[in-house]
Amino acid sequence: MSTSGPLPDRLGARSLDPHLGRYAARAEGMTASEVRALFAVASRPEVVSLAGGMPNLAALPLDFLSDQIASIVADDGLVALQYGSAHGIPLLREQICEVMALEGVTGHPDDLVVTVGSQMALDLVTRIFIDPGDIVLAEGPSYVGALGTFASYQADVRHVVMDEHGLVPEALRAALAAAAQAGRRVKFLYTIPNFNNPAGVTLAVARRAEVLDICARHDVLVIEDNPYGLLGFDGQVYPALRSMDSDNVIYLGSFSKTFASGLRVGWALAPHAVREKLVLAAESAALCAPTLNQMVVSRYLATHDWKGQIKSFQTMYRDRRDALLAGLEQHMPAGCSWTRPDGGFFVWLTVPEGVDTKAMQPRAVTARVAYVPGTGFYADGFGSRQMRLSFCYPPPERITEGVRRLAGVLADELDLLRTFGPTASRSLSGPQTPAPDTA
Amino acid sequence: MSDRWVAVLAGGLSHERDVSLRSGRRVSAALRQSGVAVEEWDADASLLPKLREHRPDAVVIALHGGEGENGSIQTILELLGIPYVGTDAGTCRRAWDKPTAKAELRRAGVLTPDWVVLPQSAFRELGAQPVLDAMVERLGLPMMLKPDQGGSALGAQVVRSAAELPTAMVGSLAYSDAVLAEQFIDGVEVAVTVVDGPGGPEALPAVEIAPASGVYDYTARYTAGLTTFHTPARLDDATAAKVAELAVSAHRLLGLRDVSRTDAVVSATGEVYFIEVNLSPGLTETSLLPMAAEAAGRSLGSIYAGLVDRAIAR
Ligand SMILES: Nc1ncnc2c1ncn2[C@@H]1O[C@H](COP(=O)(O)OP(=O)(O)O)[C@@H](O)[C@H]1O
Ligand SMILES: Cc1ncc(COP(=O)(O)O)c(C=O)c1O
Ligand SMILES: [Mg+2]
Repeated sequence: MSTSGPLPDRLGARSLDPHLGRYAARAEGMTASEVRALFAVASRPEVVSLAGGMPNLAALPLDFLSDQIASIVADDGLVALQYGSAHGIPLLREQICEVMALEGVTGHPDDLVVTVGSQMALDLVTRIFIDPGDIVLAEGPSYVGALGTFASYQADVRHVVMDEHGLVPEALRAALAAAAQAGRRVKFLYTIPNFNNPAGVTLAVARRAEVLDICARHDVLVIEDNPYGLLGFDGQVYPALRSMDSDNVIYLGSFSKTFASGLRVGWALAPHAVREKLVLAAESAALCAPTLNQMVVSRYLATHDWKGQIKSFQTMYRDRRDALLAGLEQHMPAGCSWTRPDGGFFVWLTVPEGVDTKAMQPRAVTARVAYVPGTGFYADGFGSRQMRLSFCYPPPERITEGVRRLAGVLADELDLLRTFGPTASRSLSGPQTPAPDTA
Repeated sequence: MSDRWVAVLAGGLSHERDVSLRSGRRVSAALRQSGVAVEEWDADASLLPKLREHRPDAVVIALHGGEGENGSIQTILELLGIPYVGTDAGTCRRAWDKPTAKAELRRAGVLTPDWVVLPQSAFRELGAQPVLDAMVERLGLPMMLKPDQGGSALGAQVVRSAAELPTAMVGSLAYSDAVLAEQFIDGVEVAVTVVDGPGGPEALPAVEIAPASGVYDYTARYTAGLTTFHTPARLDDATAAKVAELAVSAHRLLGLRDVSRTDAVVSATGEVYFIEVNLSPGLTETSLLPMAAEAAGRSLGSIYAGLVDRAIAR
């Protein structure tokens, strides 16, 4: 044996991570992945990225904002640059209540906590409700950033199917019954009722009361995550779940999609009893959301036609959605189906039987088009026949070009599958986490 | 060193962009530490105008995958008359293609796993199943399947049963139009860096690779901690010498220049198999070349600074 010589032995042995033995169990899935690596290419301008979920900020009034920010610092700098309360700036909390009123929510500013994006709100809610192994119900597919948070608190995520009208109440009942049968406790339902990320579908208004009723009967809290609610392309707004049940819903909101994602200002509106814990959790997580950023949002809401700005976002995203849907209609091969969102950022595409969207991704990158493989939006390895296409960022003509490229990739993949036969489709592999900028 | 400066090229549009960016950052920092002024440039449409306008004294190619290793960027640099570190364009074209390199070395008597290489079209036109059956008959199972070109283990798979083969084919062909199927060699994986010096090519100490999962795939390569490295490799002296000699022979026989890294597997019976040669070896924090340099008591910066001098002098 040439390899077991006792000589130099472990002298030069090394693991490149001396902390290996120390990590918590929740760090287990945090590894490099090919999927993430390919997103490095997707961010190049040569590639049409239908992968990223970044809002398009080009229409923001930058000159106006820079004057406002300067004046905040000049007039009120010692407040703006100082710690604030973990609860959030009172004036901003009042203004947020006015924003939520557009969707029928009547909340008290005291029951609202300002957070570092709604992502932090999601973290706080999970932190205060979930013990390792607790069941969380989420739509299938669901927001990858939420799945990451649930995973880091070691929740047991079960998906509930959607159809074109959103979460299917019957499936929700079945999931709750299955958990009860297994003697397991379901802590909450996490739902994105409007223009779901990634599915693009909206929970039908007619289903909303039913979903709330089912959850109330089973003593299951509802987490309503609603960053896209004001981005209906026809200016339509749907009544928030929170507007129909103020006792059993925690509502998460954000300025990321309606104003500026980089400011990282979001919020949670919770039933009175929960609010105290949220504030304390916020304090231990971040002390407070950035004061300056809260003041910028507050000033913007007070001095700018923010509703007009949202209208212009709606128009811009609608044009992009139209380009994507027209392109899909024109180019996609038989056997594909997709959702037709009337708001938000995303279309959910199902490809023909046998195609594995993760296995196909390198081919797409070679063809200079990127998407997010569907498995990232499930906690259970499902979604290999799906992909998320975002229309928020590239201009319409690039979207059209991207779909053309994608159709070519799919045609080649189908050719390959015809060659290697039906057994060539890949078995389900574990969940993959796309990079945060693809969320 | 005075006012001499080099451009480090990293990024590009290959599947290995991410790895390349990390290699670029690492080698740039190492060069600066050795007193060489460095600019880091991506390989995009602005590159040619930049090269023409600023004319670096030399270029270090930290691009991985197609454009960095198949001779393209080398050809451009030769056209512009800018010195660069690494193998010349024509040789890159041959050595980068794994089956071509294997064939050349086998002709010269080097041991390499038996293989077949086939384009996607062959399976389409001749019918996949009979071709797959013939492959299994020839190479046995388990079988190694990989794209005929490329790196970072992208698309590389160990196929353990005939039933897995169609799926694995689809996976490998996602990265390239042709697939290289090889006899799988069960053994210890080693990587040997070769650096040209005044006395000709010299092998640095071999690095032995022991991935916790048993497979040195993308995750095992770029997540610190998932692989244990033994430097020098735990080989007896005779085998260690054989491994070093293999790498130097591959470097010589293929006509490589400045630096290369040969990947090899030492079988249970002590035979050393050539797997592939890397023309633009990874230079990241978890890469093999920097470990070998350290084991040799040399710094990455001094090695590359020396290669820059060579490039400028030729
Ligand atoms: N014939 C083989 N037998 C056993 N393992 C192999 C064989 N070929 C490749 N491997 C394994 O697969 C990995 C990737 O293969 P390699 O040809 O080196 O591709 P890359 O260019 O991506 O590094 C190697 O690091 C090794 O672990
Ligand atoms: C459904 C959903 N929830 C939450 C977030 C996070 O938003 P924020 O920027 O407010 O943290 C996103 C962002 O993509 C999202 O799509
Ligand atoms: Mg290799």
